[in-house]
Amino acid sequence: MIEVNDIHKSFGDAHILKGISTTFENGKTNLIIGQSGSGKTVFLKCLLGLFSPEKGSIVYDGKTYSSLTEKEKRALRQEMGMVFQGSALFDSMTVEGNVKFPLEMFTNQSKSEMEDRVNTVLKRVNLVDAHHKYPAEISGGMQKRVAIARAIVMNPKYLFCDEPNSGLDPKTAILIDNLIKEITEEFDITTIINTHDMNSVMQIGEKILFLKDGLKEWEGTKNEIFKTDNEAVTNFVYSSDLFKKVRQMYIEERN
Amino acid sequence: MNYLASIGSYAIMIREVFKKPTKWRIMKSLILKEIDELVYGSLGIIIFISFFIGAVVAIQTALNLTNPIIPRSLIGFATRQSVILEFAPTFVSIIMAGKVGSYITSSIGTMRVTEQIDALEVMGVNSLNYLVFPKIIAMLFYPFAIAISMYVGVFGGWIAGVFGGFLTSADFVSGLQTDFVPFHIAYAFIKTLIFAFIIATIPSFHGYYMKGGALEVGKASTTSFVWTSVVIIILNYLLTQLLLG
Repeated sequence: MIEVNDIHKSFGDAHILKGISTTFENGKTNLIIGQSGSGKTVFLKCLLGLFSPEKGSIVYDGKTYSSLTEKEKRALRQEMGMVFQGSALFDSMTVEGNVKFPLEMFTNQSKSEMEDRVNTVLKRVNLVDAHHKYPAEISGGMQKRVAIARAIVMNPKYLFCDEPNSGLDPKTAILIDNLIKEITEEFDITTIINTHDMNSVMQIGEKILFLKDGLKEWEGTKNEIFKTDNEAVTNFVYSSDLFKKVRQMYIEERN
Repeated sequence: MNYLASIGSYAIMIREVFKKPTKWRIMKSLILKEIDELVYGSLGIIIFISFFIGAVVAIQTALNLTNPIIPRSLIGFATRQSVILEFAPTFVSIIMAGKVGSYITSSIGTMRVTEQIDALEVMGVNSLNYLVFPKIIAMLFYPFAIAISMYVGVFGGWIAGVFGGFLTSADFVSGLQTDFVPFHIAYAFIKTLIFAFIIATIPSFHGYYMKGGALEVGKASTTSFVWTSVVIIILNYLLTQLLLG
């Protein structure tokens, strides 16, 4: 579980995060949504420890990040898996090399143990014939699956995803969403996804946090997001005609 | 003020490079890869340029020797002195600042743009040690390339001098042996080692701390070449004053 208590983050004069508090539970898919510039990426980077908040605290299963030593912070980071927006695979390594990388860096496993683990996770993300291909030789969807495999190869407690669907076709996007949700439940991971994609919200969102201008504007479940009267949320969620119609149908059905 | 901040950031970067080392098993393969990319991969251009510059130095000296009192062996002497003292260590280093430096800046800069450096940091890897340390160690082999440059440069001078009909082979060899100061070789290699460190670290700094996208990677490569060259030229002056002055 991750507890966020009143975090603030500024860059020069720009006050990006203005005091966000929330809780992300284990085994749940948590989604952070909001318009561009609302502070989602900065918030995610604070959770990852890439940015240090000026005020407030982030507590990972009882461990307050800011009070940890450098060694403890690095150990905690090894419990985190991250799927970046552009996958961030290492260009110079094959798919197998990318997935094996954290094992080589942080474990003393033998070559065969590492290969077994790599095969297991690549099979889990439905990639079996791509071991020796380079990132440039595979599709965007496959790159995302390799990124997920790399993120889970160390059995992380926390999985962070920054716009995992960006640049993917709707069908592949659904596959990636479902894969993340299945992995979250299977390994009892705390998963936090930063997204713009309302399909993802509907598909896998168990807890949704809506950010606006660096503040938590709303939080709830995917069922509650349909019922909310919060204007900022409804403007964001129903910005597409499809979702306007879905809401209309929902309201008509309720009446 | 910006320059001061950059110098401070550079110093902090150098300190971080030597902190929390990467596993030796992985570092070993990274170092070998960088030796191949940075040093071995540059031998071709170094040999090519050295040969022709050595040849041109010999021809220019020969064409300017109009006084019959001055011995023709001076061509060999001038070629040796020019190549060993300045051309091989300094001129080749400036060329390497372009070739190797832009490669380092663009490869690290691309990793920054595509979030690969963030991925390393999230995993708990000291990205500066992982990316920059192998380049520094690989560049310790750079003096070997400069030794080859010296040899090929002098050889180029011999070919141009003898086959161009400016002097005999015996005169050239005699000139090479005239007033030879062994410390000049040491001076050249001391400079080379310092330039090697500069070529490995300044382009890494520009790549690592760059912001923006693909266009900025190109700009960072150009900036890194300019600054690496400027630092090499200034250090060349200071080291010459310090070691030979």
